[in-house]
Amino acid sequence: MKPTRLTLVGNWVLDRFPLTKLWNEHMAHYYAPKNFNFWYYFGSLALLVLVIQIVTGILLTMNYKPDAKLAFDSVEYIMRDVSWGWLVRYMHSTGASAFFIVIYLHMFRGLLYGSFKQPRELIWIFGMLLFVALMAEAFMGYLLPWGQMSYWGAQVIISLFSAIPVIGDDLSLWIRGDYVVADATLNRFFAFHVIAVPLVLVMLIFMHIVALHEVGSNNPDGIEIKNNKDANGIPLDGIPFHPYYTVKDIPGVAVFLFFFATVIFYMPEMGGYFLEPANFIPADPMKTPEHIVPVWYFTPFYAILRAIPDKFAGVISMFGAIIVLFLLPWLDRSPVKSIRYRGGIYKKALLLFVISFVALGYLGTQPATPTATIFARFFTAIYFGFFLLMPIYTRWEKSKPLPERLTDQPALEERISDLREVFEEITVLKPGTVQNGTSFLGSNVLMRRPNPKGILNVIIRLAKKLKESLD
Amino acid sequence: MKKFITLFLLLALPFGIHASEGMELQSADIDLTDKESLQRGAKHFVTYCLGCHSVKHIRYLRIALDIGIDEKKVVKDIAPEGASAYDQMQSAMNAHDAEKWFGIQPPDLSLIARSRNADWLYSYLKGFYTDKDKQFGINNTVFKDVGMPNPFWQLQGEQLLLYKTVDGQQVIDKLIIKQPGLLSEKEFDLLVNDLVNFLVYVGEPVQLERVRIGKYVLFYILMFLGLAYMLKKEYWKDVH
Repeated sequence: MKPTRLTLVGNWVLDRFPLTKLWNEHMAHYYAPKNFNFWYYFGSLALLVLVIQIVTGILLTMNYKPDAKLAFDSVEYIMRDVSWGWLVRYMHSTGASAFFIVIYLHMFRGLLYGSFKQPRELIWIFGMLLFVALMAEAFMGYLLPWGQMSYWGAQVIISLFSAIPVIGDDLSLWIRGDYVVADATLNRFFAFHVIAVPLVLVMLIFMHIVALHEVGSNNPDGIEIKNNKDANGIPLDGIPFHPYYTVKDIPGVAVFLFFFATVIFYMPEMGGYFLEPANFIPADPMKTPEHIVPVWYFTPFYAILRAIPDKFAGVISMFGAIIVLFLLPWLDRSPVKSIRYRGGIYKKALLLFVISFVALGYLGTQPATPTATIFARFFTAIYFGFFLLMPIYTRWEKSKPLPERLTDQPALEERISDLREVFEEITVLKPGTVQNGTSFLGSNVLMRRPNPKGILNVIIRLAKKLKESLD
Repeated sequence: MKKFITLFLLLALPFGIHASEGMELQSADIDLTDKESLQRGAKHFVTYCLGCHSVKHIRYLRIALDIGIDEKKVVKDIAPEGASAYDQMQSAMNAHDAEKWFGIQPPDLSLIARSRNADWLYSYLKGFYTDKDKQFGINNTVFKDVGMPNPFWQLQGEQLLLYKTVDGQQVIDKLIIKQPGLLSEKEFDLLVNDLVNFLVYVGEPVQLERVRIGKYVLFYILMFLGLAYMLKKEYWKDVH
């Protein structure tokens, strides 16, 4: 067959650029464990959100003005006079929160299945650097709308640097470029937000993925699939990333977009958590708002900062809360990775950690009353306890024997019939309704009403299961 | 585990109790599909508010397009004299005079419904009462010691604040009309409600549009999900 002109051009490129090699190495011949579950969607979703943020961000910069006099009005201009500007802006503001939701879940997956453990320490370190860069990106982006909360949030956070002895005051002055947050600060934050930090993010993501593909993905069982290979050197429990995981991630993307679009079109302010009410007032350096609250994704760390009575110690604790995460691979002494085969202590500790993180997040949004501060201290202690006591309790606990090969767990969609059974248990047929054999779900729901006894049974069963799973 | 639950309940306690200050907010009846109300609200705004407060993020033309009335009608009936359809809703009062008269320039109200909320605005506009100690002889139940005079004193009449004694402390009880104004209570409530409705619209003119588009987007995503799931199932049937 005579090659067409197109294949000739294609071959010309392939002779000069290792596209096939790259594709095979990272997609078609990259073998991933076949038992990825729900928690493994968030890596690809993080990438999706990054793309959304970059594309909408570029569109926003076309009409945004990084000038203290014009910034606030230019955002409103985008919201009202720019065609589809409101959609682009809401996608960007919702995307910021979505990014943190996805990343927190992605990190939690690591904690669940020990993905940070040897040999994946470097992936975790790159991931943590990404997390720090993302926080910087979000913090500087939040100043740009130049609302009251943008302004005073930045004022508070930058002033934290002045708590550092000796160099503190000069350092915060250097960061701001002025004695208060002002036009100079806005301009430099714009530069960092739009180009400097995104470049760092993209480079770190590249290294995160290269490091991942070098050692291979972890999985919910936490065993290395490379230990069992067939005659061709292909892991027996591995499947090519493409097409299997590319097609699996697409429905995940659709589910994510469903929630994402729901927020954008029906609740873009998300009850004041994604867009704070006070940020609809232009920044006023002469008027401090009553409560200065950072956006929800920073509140756990903000609560830790406020929990410590001394300002400098508070700053150290706040940064310490992030630094301990870097040390995780060396704090964990357990011989197994996955929570499925760990002993009960780690499971309970992880549960406590999650509760303390959420509680700190909530406390960070509330005014610091004396009772709230006591609770914040308590949860701060748990937060640090989880990490700093880890070398002790992970050595204590007795882990369960590891399987030789990946285990089979029912997938989400295979549990739908169970859900139906549960639904039938917690409801009873309305008296007087005749059930014909061909009822489908819709009419079924309408014909039934809650059954208190059944609900109680299900709750008791769930509680028992939860208790069992914690041992 | 038990200890843990107890602790958790303890945590929840202090946040369940909210000390109520001042008066409870009354709820405004917001309906952005009510074009009549929005039109009346816009008209009231120009009559009673635009003298001091601008709404600079909206143009008369946009109001005409969104409410669905002729742009000439907006210019003739709603906009102040001399304004064109392409003008933003600017106040005639300049900053210099405003600072001389009120000590501060009255804020632009484009986003007031988003930084406060509809119920707050409704209660605020109805919450002025006579207070001899204040500069303008007036105070407000939801915004204490506010620097703004009551723009509706002729319409609403004079309101007095009644206190009652609870546990030896004076607490705000209710507002009563001492001297009826030009409008009945019902007419006045409607006027304030229309005005708040208009402010909510102005806060985000696109809100009806986004809710309308939203359902198509979600429907499309659901269709896409179905298709994507079928594709996944097809590929994965040989993975065991």
